Amino acid sequence: MNIHINGEKREITDGLSVAGLLEELQIRPGRVVVELNHTIVARESHGSTLLKEGDSLEIVHFVGGG
Amino acid sequence: MEDLLKLAGVSYRSRLIVGTGKYHSFEETKHAIEVSGAEIVTVAVRRVNITDPNKENLLDYLDPKKYTILPNTAGCYTAEDAVRTCRLAREAGVGKMVKLEVIGDDKTLFPDIPATLEAAKVLVEEGFVVLPYINDDPIAAKKLEDMGCAAVMPLAAPIGSGLGIRNPYNIRIILEQAKVPVIVDAGVGTASDAAIAMEMGCDGVLMNTAIAGAKDPILMAEAMRLGIEAGRKAFLAGRIAKKLYATASSPLEGILA
Repeated sequence: MNIHINGEKREITDGLSVAGLLEELQIRPGRVVVELNHTIVARESHGSTLLKEGDSLEIVHFVGGG
Repeated sequence: MEDLLKLAGVSYRSRLIVGTGKYHSFEETKHAIEVSGAEIVTVAVRRVNITDPNKENLLDYLDPKKYTILPNTAGCYTAEDAVRTCRLAREAGVGKMVKLEVIGDDKTLFPDIPATLEAAKVLVEEGFVVLPYINDDPIAAKKLEDMGCAAVMPLAAPIGSGLGIRNPYNIRIILEQAKVPVIVDAGVGTASDAAIAMEMGCDGVLMNTAIAGAKDPILMAEAMRLGIEAGRKAFLAGRIAKKLYATASSPLEGILA
């Protein structure tokens, strides 16, 4: 199925959870925050939050800034 | 008695707050921050590069147990975006303190004060410890303090300009009326600029480019630490009044005839 991740269209495995997606993308969950359709997904809900066609996901982290 | 910076009930020995942007490497960032003595460091919130997610993370170099991480809302042009960024930052688990900046224009990077007020109101209500970046505007400072912000952070000069304090008189008015810490944020160019802010009685200085953009950032980090300390001590010591004419330092009695 297709979803948007950080503004980019990506095809991912059907029925994937947020935790599953992070694993597939090789992203350490402890260092990122995920927002699904403008709502933050708490880290403890990554496993239980299932993605569906057309979802829009933002995966952010801290970078150098002033 | 130890002279400490108190921010929202937490005490800090260092009055220098540093940014983490513009360094050549995370290693250099880490080294400069260590040398600066800063205990609070600012960071920005950005999208992860999903095509190269294995890149090292800033927090691998800055232990949140050792440093107070202060997420900023740099790049936000609306109150809504700034609030959204703060909520994301809080979810990262580094605390509730945020540097609120809502930019009004990309040439000057001056703050949009009405939008800053709007965002501050929401964030204070949601329990954030809000440190707003503002112009050297005593009215904005007062409004944000009354709203419940934990400090006010007037700029010295435009972000990254290195011009030093352009309007010391407005900073003095802000200092005179503020009951929360006043932290000069942005526009400092060199150690004497930081020292001047501290000599005026500011509670701290936040800077990034002045250190990261120096030819030798590590040496400048040390210079800034010393500048902040010198300025603070001079403020506490109480400087002499300026006079037009000389006053002899040596006794006038016993001069050889």
